[in-house]
Amino acid sequence: MSDVKLESRRGVRSMRAEIHAKRRRNADPAWVQWTITGLAASFLGIFIVLPLVIVFSAAFAKGFAAYLAALRDPDTFAAIRLTLIVAAISVATNTAFGLIAAWAITKFEFFGKNLLIILIEIPFSVSPVIAGLVFVLLFGLQGYFGAWLKAHDIAIIFALPGIALATIFVTFPFVVRELIPLMQEQGTEGEQAALSLGASGLRTFVRVTLPNVKWALLYGVLLCNARAMGEFGAVSVVSGHVRGQTNTMPLHVELLYDGYQLAAAFAVASLLALLAFITLIIKVVLESRLSQE
Amino acid sequence: MSGPAARRQKRRSVIPGFGITLATTLLWLSLLVLIPLAALFLKTAELSFGQFIAVVSSARVLHAFELSFGLSLAAALGNLVFGSLVVWAIVRYRFPGRRLLDAIVDIPFALPTAVAGIALTTLYAESGWIGRWLALFGIKVAYTPLGIFVALVFIGLPFVVRTVQPVLEDLDEELEDAAASLGATRWTIVRRVVFPSIFPALLTGFALAFARAVGEYGSVIFIAGNLPNVSEIAPLLIVIRLQEFRYADATAIAVVMLIASFLLLFLISLLHRWSELNTGRRI
Repeated sequence: MSDVKLESRRGVRSMRAEIHAKRRRNADPAWVQWTITGLAASFLGIFIVLPLVIVFSAAFAKGFAAYLAALRDPDTFAAIRLTLIVAAISVATNTAFGLIAAWAITKFEFFGKNLLIILIEIPFSVSPVIAGLVFVLLFGLQGYFGAWLKAHDIAIIFALPGIALATIFVTFPFVVRELIPLMQEQGTEGEQAALSLGASGLRTFVRVTLPNVKWALLYGVLLCNARAMGEFGAVSVVSGHVRGQTNTMPLHVELLYDGYQLAAAFAVASLLALLAFITLIIKVVLESRLSQE
Repeated sequence: MSGPAARRQKRRSVIPGFGITLATTLLWLSLLVLIPLAALFLKTAELSFGQFIAVVSSARVLHAFELSFGLSLAAALGNLVFGSLVVWAIVRYRFPGRRLLDAIVDIPFALPTAVAGIALTTLYAESGWIGRWLALFGIKVAYTPLGIFVALVFIGLPFVVRTVQPVLEDLDEELEDAAASLGATRWTIVRRVVFPSIFPALLTGFALAFARAVGEYGSVIFIAGNLPNVSEIAPLLIVIRLQEFRYADATAIAVVMLIASFLLLFLISLLHRWSELNTGRRI
């Protein structure tokens, strides 16, 4: 839902907070400060940090060699490959959609615009399981197009297209919701100028609009990618869990975990945790760029 | 029509691509989101109203709903309490490691849910780092509803923090100074000045955390134990019915959850508007 929008432009906010802190006179007493900070830190430590620590601790529980062996497994390799393919498809699709939709929504006035924005954000409020379910209803063997697909020998559910569709669904709003507020703010003056100087529409878009929103675009792509690579519920419903074929990384983690191969499960999980780390680091960098944009 | 609006009207005609981009947007949205969701309602319509009620009011389904909504409510309340403490510390105090705490809050957004699920389960199992201490007091977390609560608190925390944080940061502290100069105690100021200003944001964060928790699957199913009528959440029951090829049952449960989340979405948008009126700030 509004998670992403809320987080952006942190740079500006923290600067403002700094100023506030300096000139504040009516601060809490020291013991209150210590108690609240202590409680907050303990809560975050126990509830958020410890789960992350145990991922790496359990991944290396049987030593570094076992860790590497788990990652070198062909099924793991296949899962990584599938995850990368699905993420690439989802990010490309949603980026293209995001740019097109943001152009229509921010550069023109039309009836029903707010409704359109709400509809675009719907996937955020749908349970991932339901996101998977709807595609089973459409393309599964007993689904509306199931018989036709079978007759034509096209596999969607329990195959790559179904996994990609479910992932596109759950990551649908990520890019466009980053672009809309920024493009709205920037208005159409830049485009106006370029067009009046004789540039074509496409050229105007590439040379004027795109450079203006590049950091917001990257921010959206980053979050979209993280969710696409980590998605579990939606993909779980449409995947069929065929080892080495339709298992993405999160599904492979489940498979290993349920098979009591804990060290291997956590080894693959540690890659996903690493992805989360990298995402958060890039996010901090992009946020500082965004606050300048 | 005022000046700027009139100018915008004139400008609009010059920018190209309205028809094609809007058409593409609508087509894309319909194919990927709206038609699939419509299929859900269409499939449910195959049930008569009586059958639909029978499915969603069977003991096992009712228990799953109770568990999902009840624990989501409890977890969102927990997030409200701890999230407020975290926000207050991050925004109002200066201490070493503050930025780290701030960054840690985003981890549940970034960490894939399945990873969170197996990590929490390992942590709270009876032999786990936390579970073994709780076991001394006879408290079992993993494979019980309490475990579901822990997982839902994990995934919901950032919603409260990131909703309230900007509002608290923008809060004009001159109001607090004024109240202090009029002789109000610190506690009175927090209660009468600060709290009313951030209340809509708190409520919004609570609703967002609740909405996310209700639909959550990945982080919950590992730690839940998934016993029917004990620790089986509604999203899991959808998956189970699907695996049994009882499609109509699965969709009936899904429709109830979907309508609940649409109602929540509507409520949240009202809260956003309220908060905007209250603080002049869009959250």
